[in-house]
Amino acid sequence: MQNTFKIKPSLSFVIWIAIIAAIIAAPSLLPVFRLNLLGRYLSLAIVALGVDLIWGFTGLLSLGQGIFFALGGYCAAMFLQLNSSGDFPNGIPEFFGLYGIQKLPFFWEPFKSSIFTLVAIWLVPTLVAALLGFLVFRNRIKGVYFSILTQAALLVFFNFFNGQQKLINGTNGLKTDVTQLFGQMVGSDSMQRWFFWITALMVVLTWFFARWIVHDRFGNVLIGIRDDEARVRFTGYNPTLFKTIVFAIAGGLAGISGALYTIQSGIVSPQFMTVPFSIEMVIWVAVGGRGTLVGAILGAVIINYAKSLVSEALPASWMFIQGGLFILVVTSLPEGVLGWVQSDGPRNLISRLGIARPISTYPSLEAQGKDEVKP
Amino acid sequence: MQLILESLFNGIAIGSVLLIAALGLAIVFGLMGVINLAHGELMMLGAYSTYVTQLIFKLPAFKAFYNSYVIVALGVAFLVSAVVGIVLERLIIRRLYGNPLETLLATWGVSLILQQFVRSVPLAVGSGLVMTLLIGLTLPLIIPQKIIDQRGKRLINLGSWAISVLIGITSANSLATSISKLGRASARNVDVTAPAWMRGGIEMWGITFPVTRLVIIVITIIAVLAVTWFLNRSVWGMRIRAVTQNRPMSDCLGISTETVDILTFGIGSGLAGIAGVAVSLLGSVGPNVGSNYIVGCFMVVVLGGVGNLLGTIIASFSIGIMTDLIGAGRLLTIWPDMPSPLASTVDFFATTSMARVLVFALIVVFLQFRPAGLFPQKGRMVEG
Repeated sequence: MQNTFKIKPSLSFVIWIAIIAAIIAAPSLLPVFRLNLLGRYLSLAIVALGVDLIWGFTGLLSLGQGIFFALGGYCAAMFLQLNSSGDFPNGIPEFFGLYGIQKLPFFWEPFKSSIFTLVAIWLVPTLVAALLGFLVFRNRIKGVYFSILTQAALLVFFNFFNGQQKLINGTNGLKTDVTQLFGQMVGSDSMQRWFFWITALMVVLTWFFARWIVHDRFGNVLIGIRDDEARVRFTGYNPTLFKTIVFAIAGGLAGISGALYTIQSGIVSPQFMTVPFSIEMVIWVAVGGRGTLVGAILGAVIINYAKSLVSEALPASWMFIQGGLFILVVTSLPEGVLGWVQSDGPRNLISRLGIARPISTYPSLEAQGKDEVKP
Repeated sequence: MQLILESLFNGIAIGSVLLIAALGLAIVFGLMGVINLAHGELMMLGAYSTYVTQLIFKLPAFKAFYNSYVIVALGVAFLVSAVVGIVLERLIIRRLYGNPLETLLATWGVSLILQQFVRSVPLAVGSGLVMTLLIGLTLPLIIPQKIIDQRGKRLINLGSWAISVLIGITSANSLATSISKLGRASARNVDVTAPAWMRGGIEMWGITFPVTRLVIIVITIIAVLAVTWFLNRSVWGMRIRAVTQNRPMSDCLGISTETVDILTFGIGSGLAGIAGVAVSLLGSVGPNVGSNYIVGCFMVVVLGGVGNLLGTIIASFSIGIMTDLIGAGRLLTIWPDMPSPLASTVDFFATTSMARVLVFALIVVFLQFRPAGLFPQKGRMVEG
């Protein structure tokens, strides 16, 4: 059974100062290309926060967060496509012409409204997640079965979106970077700067939201479910309800994240729903430190930034590094880097190398002046 | 009638590939509770072993036996995947027993590494490495205990690893020089050509049965029979079942649970290798060949019920037949006068990818009624 793992307020404070300083300094320090990358990775931090909620706190390892991520992305992209398709034949997005479609499919209609889109971006993934979660949790399917089923669901959605050319442009995806918003091109530098600020703001807001969820009785029940679901049930709580709610919340966060990612990367495609991408989300959280929230943000941003830097320099080596990270984190750093730092990992490493003195086993006795405890 | 027969055969053909791929997974998952996401990559190694074996049999020295290379490849693939699987178990999975979610992530890491390894390391080097591991692991086992006692275990271990490294390097070197294709790293897909007797088809009742498909069905049947025999009739099979049912008690009664773990994982991985041979006969072989199958395999295991070979068999054949019925739009040909709304629905799902969508959706619906699969494990299980 795992203990509840919390980071010390002091460490958390230092990390937050660093994050906010980095966000404020980034636009003036980084070229637009890098800034755009950073913005994208910050948006991935939002989905990572969702993964942390369901995995770090509730113990549900979902391998299907890509579904909700992509749904959010598609909602945003459909609105942007419609918003700037006035000049095309029939007033519908250009790609429909390729397949000889004259009339807008019915589910595109509501996305003409910007308010509807802003709601749909998080509501659609939330509802899909709630339905999927309810069906799975109702039957007390859990553990690895849950993981496998979410992965299968991911494949279902991938195949569906990949195969439907006539509805949502299939494997080509929907482009957003040449669309218009407020009379400006979405892919333009000034727009991208705005998106960066919006994303940064959203990350902070999401963090407050997630913290509010877990630092309460609701959060205690989640941790209880993670550590011993049977006991939670016997105490009179209904784990199904709690699991469904937190899974739906994580789905909604993934949707927001996907929408922000889409407008910054310029395209949404079924590639967002591939199996590797969804598993990667888990590893960001695992590396950062599951159950720490701030660790999820750090993990998502740092790993992705490292990925882009390494892939530029040595394209072949990233897969090795990533695979190694999976193994290393699971076998040696189960609480992630933050947990390792917290539990005196660096000092232990140094002392193992023989540089510093090993820490005393009984710090309280040491503080009283007895520098060594005889066994 | 002919249509139904053809449909049935296609379904069984798809199902038997699924079955042979899922068999190893079902054993490892059912007996050890380990989710091995690298199973697909072990299949990929099996497929590449087939490719390497085929190239070796094209050399002048072995040319005469070229027609039988597939049979040799089955053995080679089994050994290669089993050795890699055992190393994986010893180094990583052993530390994670009782933590299935963590095992899942770690084996995913392994699968990434294996995929990239095949892309960026020449196959000759890979073969040499596997050879080293194989000899290094087996040599200490076959040296008589008497000599080990005389010389000391450490020296023997050191010596056998030294010998195996030497053999590994020489074999890698000779492979690279004699077959230039193996000396270069390449991310491109390779093709395994079936020997002459496996091309073409056998005609019966007005239907052509492709021989490759028949061979795969035969391989699958043999593998299933062998596994059933091993688990139910052999001494080690009994030990494996004992450990599955009650690990601490088996340990107390003198069964070496560690050996059982190695054996189970080795067999499961080896079966993945055999599945790799089957897959290599169907299409081109690439680093991603295994990952295309892995989710389907897991669905077979979940649908069939964990730890139950019969469930695995029925699940894979029903998934295979349904995929074929839906994906090839056969329902329409069998029943041409279908009412039009139904017909357009059937038409909507009549592609391979959409058939997968429907089949997976149906499985999820099915699990609503039977959450533990077709054949759930009986007995009182403590949750958690």
